[in-house]
Amino acid sequence: MAKDNVMGSSSKRREDVRFLKGRGRYTDDMNRPGQTYAYILRSWSAHATLNSVDTAAASEAEGVIRVFTGKDIEEAGLGGVPCGWEITDKNGDPMKEPAHPILATGKVRHVGDPIAVVVAETYQQARDAAEMIDIDMTDLPAVVDMRTAETLGTGVHDEAPDNLCYDWELGDAAATDAAFASAAHVTTLEFINNRLVANPMEPRCAIGDYDQDADHYTLYTTSQNPHVIRLLMGAFVLSIPEHKLRVYAPDVGGGFGTKIFHYAEEAFVTWASAQIKRPVKWTSDRSEAFISDAHGRDHVTKAELALDAEGKFLALRADTRANMGAYLSTFAPCVPTWLHGTLLAGQYATPAVHCRVRAMFTNTVPVDAYRGAGRPEATYLLERIINKAAQELGMDQAELRRKNFIRSFPYDTPVALQYDTGDYDATLDAVLKMADYDGFAARKAESASRGKLRGIGLSCYIEACGIAPSSLVGALGARAGLYEAATIRVNPTGSVTVMTGSHSHGQGHETTFAQVVSDALGIPEDQIEIVHGDTDKIPFGMGTYGSRSLAVGGSAIVKAVDKVVAKGKKIAAHLLEAAESDIVFEDGQYKVAGTDKAKAFAEVSLAAYVPHNYPIEEIEPGLEETAFYDPKNFTYPAGSYLCEVEVDPQTGKVEIVALSASDDFGNVVNPMIVEGQVHGGLAQGLGQAMLENAAYDEHGQLVAGSYMDYAMPLAVDLPSFNVETAEGTPCTHNPLGVKGCGEAGAIGSPPALVNAVVNALQDHGIDHIDMPLSPLRVWTAIQNASVKQAAE
Amino acid sequence: MYNFEFNRPTDLSAAVDALRGDGAQALGGGQTLIPVLKQRLAAPTTLVDLTGIESLKGIRRMGDMLVIGGGTTHGAVAASGDVAAAIPGLVELASKIGDPQVRNRGTIGGSLANNDPAACYPAAALALGATIETNQRKIEADDFFQGLYATSLEEGEVITAVHFPIPTASTYQKFEQPASRFSLTSIFLAKMSDGSVRVGVTGAGADGVFRHEGLEQALGSNFSASAVDGVSVAAEGMSNDLHGTPEYRANLVKVMTKRAVEALS
Ligand SMILES: Cc1cc2nc3c(=O)[nH]c(=O)nc-3n(C[C@H](O)[C@H](O)[C@H](O)COP(=O)(O)OP(=O)(O)OC[C@H]3O[C@@H](n4cnc5c(N)ncnc54)[C@H](O)[C@@H]3O)c2cc1C
Repeated sequence: MAKDNVMGSSSKRREDVRFLKGRGRYTDDMNRPGQTYAYILRSWSAHATLNSVDTAAASEAEGVIRVFTGKDIEEAGLGGVPCGWEITDKNGDPMKEPAHPILATGKVRHVGDPIAVVVAETYQQARDAAEMIDIDMTDLPAVVDMRTAETLGTGVHDEAPDNLCYDWELGDAAATDAAFASAAHVTTLEFINNRLVANPMEPRCAIGDYDQDADHYTLYTTSQNPHVIRLLMGAFVLSIPEHKLRVYAPDVGGGFGTKIFHYAEEAFVTWASAQIKRPVKWTSDRSEAFISDAHGRDHVTKAELALDAEGKFLALRADTRANMGAYLSTFAPCVPTWLHGTLLAGQYATPAVHCRVRAMFTNTVPVDAYRGAGRPEATYLLERIINKAAQELGMDQAELRRKNFIRSFPYDTPVALQYDTGDYDATLDAVLKMADYDGFAARKAESASRGKLRGIGLSCYIEACGIAPSSLVGALGARAGLYEAATIRVNPTGSVTVMTGSHSHGQGHETTFAQVVSDALGIPEDQIEIVHGDTDKIPFGMGTYGSRSLAVGGSAIVKAVDKVVAKGKKIAAHLLEAAESDIVFEDGQYKVAGTDKAKAFAEVSLAAYVPHNYPIEEIEPGLEETAFYDPKNFTYPAGSYLCEVEVDPQTGKVEIVALSASDDFGNVVNPMIVEGQVHGGLAQGLGQAMLENAAYDEHGQLVAGSYMDYAMPLAVDLPSFNVETAEGTPCTHNPLGVKGCGEAGAIGSPPALVNAVVNALQDHGIDHIDMPLSPLRVWTAIQNASVKQAAE
Repeated sequence: MYNFEFNRPTDLSAAVDALRGDGAQALGGGQTLIPVLKQRLAAPTTLVDLTGIESLKGIRRMGDMLVIGGGTTHGAVAASGDVAAAIPGLVELASKIGDPQVRNRGTIGGSLANNDPAACYPAAALALGATIETNQRKIEADDFFQGLYATSLEEGEVITAVHFPIPTASTYQKFEQPASRFSLTSIFLAKMSDGSVRVGVTGAGADGVFRHEGLEQALGSNFSASAVDGVSVAAEGMSNDLHGTPEYRANLVKVMTKRAVEALS
């Protein structure tokens, strides 16, 4: 029997048994017979004309099988790396979409841009030979700062001499202007949302394996969505039809968005394997990951909030420059637009919102979705400017928010979304209590007695998850649908194999999805196997990102389970000699309603595969069902976070003394996994706010190109989190009533921390410091403020 | 990495012989050298691993000196009761280097020989007026450090031991660089038996580790935090990077020195 209350129980993560024993099976753990190794020679210049690439000596080096350059790719007629989303700009024109070659030709456009690949018998030989490649480049001025990119006179791409990919807007500009004209108070905030490197624990890896006899390709890769890679690479880059291409992403050691995208290396190894008729493996090292994995965030924004005399929000205006980097990564164009502009209502009934986004090309690594993707940027904008408004008006940060909460649902925002449900007062009340907001003054005084400045910062976030209704995203420029697929294979003796299009790279799907199926079918979790990541086994899948796995992938599983049960009822009715309409399925039993006649789930499955006594005229043997689920709307997780800090004014060092989080994720399947997801998200969000900064210099060199300079959050930097999941408002439009929890922590926490530090320093007249709030930045802000105050 | 010969002698003379070879280099705990090799930024033809030489390891108290073998790990120093009793500041210092893996491999000799401008041990060696003993000679700490990553060691010279005069009090106040967690600016403060005060500063100087004479004099005549206030620490000569401007580092020199004084008061 399944255990009681499968849904809502903290089942231990079954995948952890292999992960914790070091027995996870990652792409780099796999080796194919006859495998060769690829080493990629990458540009050390941010922007240069590529005059010549001489591979003669390298080709002769020991162990070298072949050296490939952009010319080889061009001659083979391969497509470039495609972009999966087209934005239409404010004039109705499509975005600029320059070619993204697999290997550079003519020009290199960022440090890390691949120039040539050596394929050799061993990795060392490939790397040795790469040093013999003679490259002649002429440096060009590098485009680095988005604020000057339009007028610099140097274009990253000829198609966009002003480096503008698109100039997009959303919302009613006239209504917004009118509201500003009548406002009692306008708060303005200019800020930078810092660029981040995703840094999954497992660097990327890809193995291409071409089978000449079958004329069939296999790509083993570190991906969050193998079917999407098969579609993009097969159809747009290599012209390999789906039935000739298998993409397999086994255990993947974290993704955080950066493993969503289709990368040139994947296409290269797949294609090269057919050229040399041997498998080709490429494994990124950490330094390479810094300059070849898509980065995240990187906005420069001016925001304005109009309020009336009582503190009601009248309108919000946002003008953002978003960095695309040197090429358009798979989902890059939609991140600052449809995943950012649409979230600018937040939890508030602001009647008018207008958002302008200019996407810029620069000579930097491409920027794309990173945990939260657009929504953290929107939340940061709103939650920071609200605190600045509260500071200017002398109002309490919680009260100002409460004055403006949306309280009736469904709610149509002025930025194109419809929130189905929510209760923002509930999570705010909860977090104020959890964090003892009322006792803050006493704690501040105690800190002051030790020479420390204590601050408290609130952030009330909302996000749109469970991406997304296909027809909607199609209208917005997506070049794919965003449903999910699942197959439930009931085996003859009643165990169940679930094939899901969602991909687990740390999220614990093998546990959560088993709980969902166990609950629905009334069979124990250990009778359920979750299979993911292999295009040969799974009908189709759009993969895992945007906190969509349970809301969309889980819903597909539920739909497939429903089909299994419906067919099972027909079989049971036959076996029990009852009418189908009298059969009920509960606790793993098909029962004749109102009688004690019943057939167990396994008896019915066996009958389906041994159809001796079977309604064969009416239904086919076997018990396997597939469902595709296309969501009707996004889901809207929301919550309130309170961060409390102590600032050391002498060094500028910030210590996070407490972080309390109250989240509404709708229904919760596994509270322990949800809490773990929130913890991870918080660590990344606080990492962005306090530590991480992918800084480039004016020449386009990544200054923070290793852990010597790129600061990652460590356990010692973080407090013990106080996390509670609210009773919650279940999602109204998916069968599980779930909303998604994977990104919340990373979305809600950065403004909470910055608000807390600014709150601590407000007596110094400080109203903003850009992230990350490093000791240097905080100390410098205090110095500048003292100088300013002295002058006044 | 490039290919190299690997040599693991068990006595010092064999190591010294091996290091005479062209392109030979000593390998201590490898916590600096191995990452450098992995990035192909160095290409020794032979690595002479010193970790098999027992005579390079160990901690001994000899009268008013504490002698630490050049091959002694940070972990051994951090855990040593002798060190804790004689020079507690060294325990603080060693226990804050990197993580347990780094401390269990990295050695005092490797740290001093490398003279990373953000490394911790150089501050202690200077502040305590240590003598660095090699297979050839003894070098005073004041003569040993020659700027960024430079020392007065000759090619193939091996640090066999470090002799620390035992102070009456000592402390290490580390302010970590947020990413590497090496020193952004840290202070080793020692009160010597002759009554003098010595201040070693690491992480801050554009030329690497240094002693701050102004602070030493002020604290020598008045060992109090307020004495530090009166000293001017110039931003000039401090290094500048993502994590600290010269002004910020100069500020940290004073703040961390005060904390060191408070820790000893
Ligand atoms: C993650 C991490 C964090 C770290 N954090 C810190 C920190 O906070 N503070 C800090 O000070 N250091 C830190 N380090 C560096 C660490 O202390 C190293 O152990 C030290 O810098 C080098 O010592 P080693 O024995 O590993 O030397 P190796 O790496 O083996 O060698 C370094 C250099 O010294 C030479 N050498 C080694 N031993 C001798 C000897 N006996 N005589 C002569 N030459 C020798 C080698 O030839 C080489 O040139 C960190 C290192 C890592 C990897």
